[in-house]
Amino acid sequence: MAEIVSLSAAIAELVHDGDMVALEGFTHLIPVAAGHEIIRQGRRDLTLVRMTPDIVYDQLIGAGCARKLIFSWGGNPGVGSLHRFREAVTDSWPVPLEIEEHSHAGMANRYVAGASGLPFAVLRGYTGTDLPRHTATIKPITCPFTGEQLTAVPALNPDVSIVHAQRADRNGNVQIWGLLGVQKEAVLAAKRSLVTVEEIVGELEPKPGAIVLPGWAVTKVAAVPRGAHPSYAEGYYDRDNQYYQDWDPIGRDRQRFTDWLVEQGLRPVGSNA
Amino acid sequence: MTAISEARTYTSDEMMTVAAARALRDGASCFVGIGLPSTAANLARRTHAPNLVLIYESGCLGAKPDRLPLSIGDGILGQTADAVISVPEVFNYWLQPGRIDVGFLGAAQLDRFGNINTTIIGPDYDHPRVRLPGAGGAPEIAASCREVFIIVRQSKRTFVDKLDFVTSFGHGAGKGDREELGLPGAGPVLVITDLGVLRPDPGTAELTLTELHPGVELDQAIAATGWPLKVAADLGRSPAPTADELATLRVLKEAR
Repeated sequence: MAEIVSLSAAIAELVHDGDMVALEGFTHLIPVAAGHEIIRQGRRDLTLVRMTPDIVYDQLIGAGCARKLIFSWGGNPGVGSLHRFREAVTDSWPVPLEIEEHSHAGMANRYVAGASGLPFAVLRGYTGTDLPRHTATIKPITCPFTGEQLTAVPALNPDVSIVHAQRADRNGNVQIWGLLGVQKEAVLAAKRSLVTVEEIVGELEPKPGAIVLPGWAVTKVAAVPRGAHPSYAEGYYDRDNQYYQDWDPIGRDRQRFTDWLVEQGLRPVGSNA
Repeated sequence: MTAISEARTYTSDEMMTVAAARALRDGASCFVGIGLPSTAANLARRTHAPNLVLIYESGCLGAKPDRLPLSIGDGILGQTADAVISVPEVFNYWLQPGRIDVGFLGAAQLDRFGNINTTIIGPDYDHPRVRLPGAGGAPEIAASCREVFIIVRQSKRTFVDKLDFVTSFGHGAGKGDREELGLPGAGPVLVITDLGVLRPDPGTAELTLTELHPGVELDQAIAATGWPLKVAADLGRSPAPTADELATLRVLKEAR
């Protein structure tokens, strides 16, 4: 049964320096507050995993939390580039960032393999592209039944996966609806998991299209209202599109970004206060 | 003084979007990326193709937004979709088996065989001059959709002789390369730009300029291409946007 704790206690217990950490949520239900708590607690040398690193990963990378990024698309959706991510790759600022780059199909299948307890997944993908030349975790494989040339990608089994959901009950059963992304796969693939939720309720009312992650499959649950802002939580609040627009000039400039970290009570790299 | 140029009432981006929308057949299923492809697909659904099935990689099958979504996971897409599915399902059950008619892609760099780069600018992957967002769903969309349409503004910076990185495979180094690699879809069949329309030559698969938009000279298209551009013998002219197309497009863009 998932333990219900505060966000700061959950991050302190579950996320350690050097861990592989996945924060998932495909545009919808991005666990932004949990990402900020990781910055606040000053985690370092993380291998961050996410199909679509966007603003919260830009912030984690700019704050110096990450050593490596495993991803398939890194941008500010509908706005443009992630400048902290770009500078980490091109100028090693604030620390060098190793990248392991895939396609969405490859990343989704890596989570599926991880959740399935398999060592790798098979797909028809990457053929003819330059990705296999630069990414060691993309290998050709021959179908033993037909002889077809396919592609294998290894399972992803993060030390910790963190997702955001609409609600949980007091036993830690989690209910999610709307766009589900790869949240279920990310949680089931991970050694430990944290689900932040909009609210904890007495009983989960059935909802069309909703899935339930049973409390015994989740490590910890924390109530974090608006924990997905500036992304959205279907049924609770809309996406804050202005925030995504406003991020561009902040992320673009090292000084403005550093000031932003201080303003938000998140500490910049090198500060051990 | 001979030609008096008619005052145009639309922008070259509007012409490009209208031309792209017209290419989408009513009833087709279309895998849509955000930005120019999404605008064109939504325009098509509101003009000649009301039964166009819009598929967004966030897990929305048959989305029917009444305004332009700002991201591929905009709430309006899930709320109006025929079905909302997980991301692994999008790629494994719907895209990979070849169920989707048209993949609609953009590009940061495009070469003469319709190969696409959205990964890096510069010759060295480990030390890129510019780091771009990366692949997203594009490599498998380019491989598995029955056909691929590309919408991109034409310039020497974009239409390059050699890509810095092949993110999504078009026709490789020419006719037959897709078949040799076992790629199931036909690959890029249409490239729509702000200057005109290109199609792969049936014999060589090299992109050939087949249409110019109204008011665009051939020299402009040649100057905006980073390789010696092939031009079709029967080079055509795209019809200008109709008043209805323009009005619909502008309403869509304002309704954000």
